Amino acid sequence: MSGTHAHTVGFTRDTMIPQADPPMTSVGAIGWAHKNLFSTWFNAIVTVASLALIFYVLAMIVPWAISPTWESSSLSECRDILAAANGGESGHGACWGVIRERWVQLMFGFYPSHLHWRPVAAFILLGVALAPVLFSDKVPAKLLYFTLAYPFIFPWLLWGGTIWAPLSVAAGFGVGYLAYRIVSAVAGDLLSVLAGVVAALVWWLVLSGYVVDALAGLIPIGLEPVQSRDFGGFMLSITIGVVAIAASLPLGVLLALGRRSDLLIVRYLSVGFIEFIRGVPLITLLFVASTLLNIFMPPGTDFDIILRVLIMVTLFATAYMAEVIRGGLAALPKGQYEGADSLGLNYWQAQRLIIMPQALKISIPGIVSTFIGVFKDTTLVSIIGLMDPLGLTNGIRADTNWNGIVWELYGFIALVFFVFCFSMSRYSMYLERRLHTGRK
Amino acid sequence: MRKSVFLGALTVAGLAAAAAAAGTVDDVKARGKLNCGVATGVPGFAAPDANGEWEGFDVAVCRAVAAAVLGDPKAVEFVPTTGKTRFTALASGEIDMLARNTTWTFSRDVDLKFEFVGVNYYDGQGFMVPKALGVSSAKELDGATVCIQTGTTTELNLADFFRVNNMSYEPVPIETNAEAQQQYLAGACDVYTTDASGLAATRATFENSADHILLPEIISKEPLAPLVRHGDSEWGDIVRWTLNALIAAEEYGVTSTNIGELSAGTDNPEINRLLGTEGKLGEMLGLDADWAKRAIMAGGNYGEIFAKNIGESTPIGLARGLNAQWKDGGLLYSPPFR
Repeated sequence: MSGTHAHTVGFTRDTMIPQADPPMTSVGAIGWAHKNLFSTWFNAIVTVASLALIFYVLAMIVPWAISPTWESSSLSECRDILAAANGGESGHGACWGVIRERWVQLMFGFYPSHLHWRPVAAFILLGVALAPVLFSDKVPAKLLYFTLAYPFIFPWLLWGGTIWAPLSVAAGFGVGYLAYRIVSAVAGDLLSVLAGVVAALVWWLVLSGYVVDALAGLIPIGLEPVQSRDFGGFMLSITIGVVAIAASLPLGVLLALGRRSDLLIVRYLSVGFIEFIRGVPLITLLFVASTLLNIFMPPGTDFDIILRVLIMVTLFATAYMAEVIRGGLAALPKGQYEGADSLGLNYWQAQRLIIMPQALKISIPGIVSTFIGVFKDTTLVSIIGLMDPLGLTNGIRADTNWNGIVWELYGFIALVFFVFCFSMSRYSMYLERRLHTGRK
Repeated sequence: MRKSVFLGALTVAGLAAAAAAAGTVDDVKARGKLNCGVATGVPGFAAPDANGEWEGFDVAVCRAVAAAVLGDPKAVEFVPTTGKTRFTALASGEIDMLARNTTWTFSRDVDLKFEFVGVNYYDGQGFMVPKALGVSSAKELDGATVCIQTGTTTELNLADFFRVNNMSYEPVPIETNAEAQQQYLAGACDVYTTDASGLAATRATFENSADHILLPEIISKEPLAPLVRHGDSEWGDIVRWTLNALIAAEEYGVTSTNIGELSAGTDNPEINRLLGTEGKLGEMLGLDADWAKRAIMAGGNYGEIFAKNIGESTPIGLARGLNAQWKDGGLLYSPPFR
């Protein structure tokens, strides 16, 4: 046997071949390109065609965007500058002067210019308040107290007025809690919750007005008040977006739980609310806020237009959020619920400790999509005459200096929106990676 | 408990509202600001500048009323309204008056229960064509493609005009004026039609505005007028006569430059009555004697306001045309101040 073998094998290498470099076509830039761009003739054609298209688009946009018109103060001046740069011929290029002149307006609307620090401070503090929520592993947990206080600081900074108003609203929660504690000593759970709610409402609707007036008279600490009418630009978009986003998540969780509840009335109320709001376009709700409510209320009642819009957008976002979270709840295996039950946890404990952490984690992409959608939907308020960035473009283009400008304004607004929405999207990916702990 | 508190709050609000509805002029004085509805942006008529100050032909009416009633042309809260929200904003009391190039029509006056106080701009629907088309009259537009804003009276006027003249056309529906500019310049339509003032403003923004002409035909009546709510005639009178004061001032030659001199007293009793040195016109309106003087000083007389915002020296470059004084062949005719 071995003889046969020795006979058939003519040559046996007894030393190693020295290691050679991999072939040119599989390493480095060329290798990468070969592998990813030109692996087959079909891929090669697609690559070349795509490159040609990208080049074609950039060749149109880049020379247009790189334009020496930053200092111009009117469209005709822009055209003169472009013509001069082009040697007398009428040139082709963007007119960035409008952004230089109006970017402050696009950011803050008609907010008094000496008070611009207030919205800026409000949004910087928003970052601080969000930090313990968004990056809970990187900041001290004590910061959470600031997060709790922030809902009262935010409107005070934006609208101004006496400091006693937000303090008194905050005190309402204290009053409600106090009533709850007092009644719970003598009566049942439901009754004491009811007492707490009633006490808080009495405080807010009846007493707090007098208290605020009295305190403001005694110790007049406050900021210069700013009217809602003066809100505009991205400040308005962000205000509406942030409030709607922040309020819609907890409300959405409650609604989603309500929809899956065993209590008949709670379930049907939740279903009715969600289906009604989802069945109506946002713009219809905004029209209700801006015109119908005006007609229903007694003439002269001053129900702030931005507050009305905030409520409507929040309701809208809440309905969508509830469905996203219900999806997360439905995706949890039944064993998780049963496991929670078998541990003897009551309903709220089970939700808090077992169900919600998992359901919310599953829903993150959906939740962030809803956030992004809500933020972009805020531009609809321009249709009811609020001066959000898109509403302002109308006013800017009506200025005789800038009449006829289109691309520069909308491009700038699109860019800013993209920055916000893209950051939200990146954050959601970061969160998914961080929470990617089990159940793969 | 909870319900009764809520109802109680509603009752209080209702009572306060009933008291507030007593008279718009008292409301305005108590508030110290005039809430004036304007457009969100129409070139020459209403637009905010870079500092957020509103300017324009309609805006000037608001400022004149604020100056007459409150003594300060800056005491105006401008409320931007869209075509959809303007009438409810006025009807609900959110604004005290509306100066938002709104056409005075029968149904708006009678059915919507508003009171138009007089025309501040006589507009009409016109046509703009490229010179290269070689057309000099709208009657030669048979078979043309026309850019037209949908859902407006201009759409109906256009159909009427072409039917009466036994011509055909192909409409290119568009939504906004900005879109119309782009479509028209891109050659999507031969003709763009809208109010003549809008056409002039649009043409002024073109890079080669000389390549486009406005045809001489005006095919509709669009009297643009400020308006107030029905049922408060005292307030309506104030807005109406403030507008008339601006028009009359131009007729009598009272301008913002010579008004100081003229208000010392002149030989012309009409000017004296207007400026409050004779008679008690201001008192009859419930204002002081200087009301018209302040209104005129706010932005000048009608002619000055016109020249500053939309006149021939501005990029919009509108000729007075129908908006000249009646003595000069126009339609502006203020009733006498007597």
